[in-house]
Amino acid sequence: MAEQNKPLAGAGHYRIETGTPVSLMAAVGTLIVVALLAALPLFAGRDLLENMIFVLYMLALAQCWNLLAGYTGLVSVGQQAFVGLGGYILFALTLIAGIDPLVAIILAGAISALFALPTALIVFRLRGAYFAIGTWVVAEVYRLSFAQFRQLGGGTGTSLGPDITNAVFAIDRVKSLLDVRTPAARDIISYWAALALAVGTTLLVYLILRSRRGLALGAIRDSEEAAASVGIDNARVKLAVYVIAAAVTGMIGALIYLQKARISPDAAFSVLDWTAYVIFIVVIGGIGTIEGPILGTLIFYLMQNYLASYGAVYLILLGVLAILVMLFAPKGLWGYLSQSYGLELLPIRRRLVWKKDQ
Amino acid sequence: MILWTNALIEGVLLGGLYALFAAGLSLIFGIMRLVNLAHGDLIILAAFVVLSVAAWLHIDPFAATLAALPIMFLAGFALQYCLLNRALGRGLLPPLLVTFGLSIIIENGLLELYSADSRRLHGGSIETSSIALGHAVSVGVVPLLTLASAIVVILVLNFIFYRTALGRAFRATADDLEISQLMGIDHPRIFSVATGLAFVVVTIAALYLGMRANFDPTIGPERLLYAFEAVIVGGLGSFWGTLAGGIIIGVAQTVGAQINPEWQILAGHVAFLTILVFRPRGLFPRAVD
Repeated sequence: MAEQNKPLAGAGHYRIETGTPVSLMAAVGTLIVVALLAALPLFAGRDLLENMIFVLYMLALAQCWNLLAGYTGLVSVGQQAFVGLGGYILFALTLIAGIDPLVAIILAGAISALFALPTALIVFRLRGAYFAIGTWVVAEVYRLSFAQFRQLGGGTGTSLGPDITNAVFAIDRVKSLLDVRTPAARDIISYWAALALAVGTTLLVYLILRSRRGLALGAIRDSEEAAASVGIDNARVKLAVYVIAAAVTGMIGALIYLQKARISPDAAFSVLDWTAYVIFIVVIGGIGTIEGPILGTLIFYLMQNYLASYGAVYLILLGVLAILVMLFAPKGLWGYLSQSYGLELLPIRRRLVWKKDQ
Repeated sequence: MILWTNALIEGVLLGGLYALFAAGLSLIFGIMRLVNLAHGDLIILAAFVVLSVAAWLHIDPFAATLAALPIMFLAGFALQYCLLNRALGRGLLPPLLVTFGLSIIIENGLLELYSADSRRLHGGSIETSSIALGHAVSVGVVPLLTLASAIVVILVLNFIFYRTALGRAFRATADDLEISQLMGIDHPRIFSVATGLAFVVVTIAALYLGMRANFDPTIGPERLLYAFEAVIVGGLGSFWGTLAGGIIIGVAQTVGAQINPEWQILAGHVAFLTILVFRPRGLFPRAVD
């Protein structure tokens, strides 16, 4: 590609491009895939749908973590704080306040953002690697605090009864429209919510990165001093990203626990389930790219499906794989592919292209 | 009143254990700016090594720890030389993610080898013996030994840092890696010796961890957090500050537990976050980071 872009003899001019013919095709392809995914409940069984819900919420979590760590340099090991928080807010709003679960998911996002503000005030006092452990401490504080709430089951947790999970918005319409029973209709609604969150998160990250603010993120990640020197308000941009990631993560957490219908502090604030796996997905797929988490989620899903029964050995394997990728292919599988073949399906960079005058 | 005095004394002694957890973390960070997320799991690994050596040679935990020290030094040296050195100097992510991966590997490796059962290092009569201080207050010998060991470890580390050629090399690489290379310091080797030394401290910490309470492969990350809190509260770059930090976290935990047993761990974390808000560089900062 680079060869063709060189200014050759003759008249011409430079142009800034954000897309390529490949990326246009990829955009159309993405739309088709999303449309197919949206139509999936029409012909898929419940097992497939439940697996897809898992894939979609892991993808959404991965995009959020990638936005923090891959694009802004905020390496958090404490995102489980917001997954658990979202889950608990959903339980509180539906069990105690009697709010519709889908509405509760959206409220969980807003409330998570409110929690993220004071949390940020504390963890942003730490930088770099210390920020990582600081976020972990905060997640532990959340876990231990929620274990104190007797109304939500304390340390042992609590469940959502079918009276609540079956009262989801529009469930009757789905039942009559698709001619399915209540549990299946519930899964379909969860699936659509998960799809909306995964696609929405990916789109949000993409739009943020294509914007002027997106350039600021990379600048902060690469050098805070340099970013500040060109007029970026580092603290504000970082806070904004942190709060956005927390809000989305909270919504995902609420959805996860609506689907699980059972919550306990140890599971909801699990560093392994909601942060370690997510980090593996992003690192193996390709950190700092939008395509990476998608690829990583698919790889993780396959490994989870075929190897999870090996328990500890499987986790050791994941750890080894993450270390090897970090050391030998730090841009992950997608980074390797895109470097080898010059592929960018969802381009976010601006490229200078030489156009010959016709 | 007696209860509170007891809680306070227990907290100070517990702080000795946390200072031992923290010294190794602080050592590695101070020299090579590497935050080792596997630190807690390494403490548990060391406890299992001591346990195995004791069982294998039929010796008590103290002798087993002495025997384990050279093994752990070599393990630390090798880990740094073969793996961690490769992750350094390439930005924030590689060291964090490599040590995070390592933490998962160690925890699950131990689960695979030793199962999830709770273990304990049995030291015989010393475990239950105590010294009376006044008529209602007495302290256990093992907790007292823990604090004493923490002080000795810090004295030795300070001696190495400020009185030996090795310590000079440590400080030089910490201050300016590139200039130290120009002065002929073989920094991969210096880093490896530092990690070996940190593993020695970790093994001493593991001895007291295992004698004071039960342990199993999954409790590592919590120990990492206590160690980290002690380092930050104390202020970077000062081993005595780390001891003070450990004691503050320890006292916060025992006093919290005195109010409500469920609040022990939470109280330690809250104390840490509170200090972070008001003194973000810790109580006794030395290094400028």
